[in-house]
Amino acid sequence: MTSRLFALALLLVLALPLQGRAEDQTADAARWQDLRQILFANHTLAPAKGQIALEAPDRAMDAALVPVTVTLDPGLPLKALYLVVDNNPAPLVGTFHFGPAAVPVQVKTRVRVDAYTHMHAVAETTDGRWFVTDRYVKAAGGCSAPATKDAALAMERLGQMRLKTVAEGPTGLPKGAVTAQLLISHPNYNGMQMDQVTRNYTPARFVRDVTVKSGDTLVFQLEADISLSEDPAITFSYQPKGPLSVTVRDSTDATFSHVFQGDDKG
Amino acid sequence: MARRTLIRAVLFLCGVAAAPPLVSSWAADVSLVQVAPGIYVRPGAVEDATAANDDAIANIGFIVGRDAVAVIDPGGAAADGARLRARITAITALPIRYLIYTHVHPDHVLGAVAFAADHPVVVAHARFAAAWGERGAYYRLGLARILGGDPAQAGDALPPTQAVDTTVDIDLGGRMLHVAAYGAAHTDSDLTVYDDQTRTLWAGDLLFQDRIPALDGSLTGWLTVLGQLKALPAVRVVPGHGPAQLPWPAGAADEERYLTTLVRDVRALLKRGGDIDAAATTVAQSEKGRWKLFDAYNGRNAITAFKQLEWEDPP
Repeated sequence: MTSRLFALALLLVLALPLQGRAEDQTADAARWQDLRQILFANHTLAPAKGQIALEAPDRAMDAALVPVTVTLDPGLPLKALYLVVDNNPAPLVGTFHFGPAAVPVQVKTRVRVDAYTHMHAVAETTDGRWFVTDRYVKAAGGCSAPATKDAALAMERLGQMRLKTVAEGPTGLPKGAVTAQLLISHPNYNGMQMDQVTRNYTPARFVRDVTVKSGDTLVFQLEADISLSEDPAITFSYQPKGPLSVTVRDSTDATFSHVFQGDDKG
Repeated sequence: MARRTLIRAVLFLCGVAAAPPLVSSWAADVSLVQVAPGIYVRPGAVEDATAANDDAIANIGFIVGRDAVAVIDPGGAAADGARLRARITAITALPIRYLIYTHVHPDHVLGAVAFAADHPVVVAHARFAAAWGERGAYYRLGLARILGGDPAQAGDALPPTQAVDTTVDIDLGGRMLHVAAYGAAHTDSDLTVYDDQTRTLWAGDLLFQDRIPALDGSLTGWLTVLGQLKALPAVRVVPGHGPAQLPWPAGAADEERYLTTLVRDVRALLKRGGDIDAAATTVAQSEKGRWKLFDAYNGRNAITAFKQLEWEDPP
């Protein structure tokens, strides 16, 4: 944990000069080259031509909650999806590893954005191809902002989940596929908000892993980090093979599990 | 920290004004309004914080009793607090014995440093200390950037010495103030002050007029608290933003309509299966033109409302 926080702090320091300016194309390009090297070193990322698309508001109203939609070519044998917010202290928001029950045509989530930034979505296929697309988002302060509005409620509701069926799913869904939104109540404290009384930062406590199964078959496993918004929300499509079960593990190794029979709360 | 992050920090809750006012020291020219015998209000500018307005954007003031003075919200920056203190001492020689924070927002609290030498009892919601711990440094840095970079200019809160979790009575000598704390509403550290003698309710930011309400607590909680406040026998209210006073409970109408509209529109959006992307641009648009700073805050309120109401059980 300590080394992890140290790494975060280091990244924060590295990120600082980037926050001071609005748009610097050279620096942004260099930042992405660095990240690409760190995250995808041995792979050639092909600029997407319809394989993957990334949507987000050009200018976010709430930097701590920026809705992001990734749309994928239904014909793509998708293995994993990576979401990167370049100028965030922890740039890799999360990695979705898709299982046999997944219908990965569209994934939605909500992210924190700490400074004006490019976002990248990277798709990896089962046959070893990689595609990348990007988008520029104007929002700032989403990582260090005191986001929790009702601290008592946040802890009281910790680990609760909701599953909502989305009636109008994305186009191109195969027959029988279902689209759902999963809500997980978790403050996702990112360790960057200082408690002035103790002079310590509020300890990081954030969702690390979300595993979703339909029956016994994996839909997806999400490896997440501090850039996911408070109360993480994920919209995804899948082939129902039984009740949907969700297991969430956070950075304190607290685990929350729920089995949904239909639209349900957990 | 970087300039942009910090500027955005304050923009969240106080923000940056669209146009600076023409006079360099706005608040210095604003006179006190005595809304009832012994109750003085300095109305704030209905704009966001700028270097020109010194963050004097909230309604702040004081109540004078037979023996002592209670300050209710000391102001939005060190200079704002110092001006308020100078006005108090020009009116009365009585000691400033109490300093009451209506909630955790910087435009109401940062002027407290100007009252340090008075050693007042600092009265705040039981949640205030923790909330200020999470937010205080962030607010001060953000405002310091706007005012020109010096953290001392931004001011600071004095730590609470009397935490209120339900109610507390404060005796100013022949004048009893009833202080009441609430669950999450505008923020999660809201409290009100009620003066029996003049039936005046000091609502802090539980009541906005003219300036669009900013939701930083619980939307449904706010409406509940507003209902409780309307049941009080008050004849007038001092809102946290807007004019120095309004008749009560009639003065609740605009805010109640706005908050109710937020709830109604967000619930309808959720019922249609709409996503949070749509909330910022579609919710409460009927309120546009009825509030100052609508474009700066409504979208954010809508997202906050959506994020809260999506956890409700379907009707």
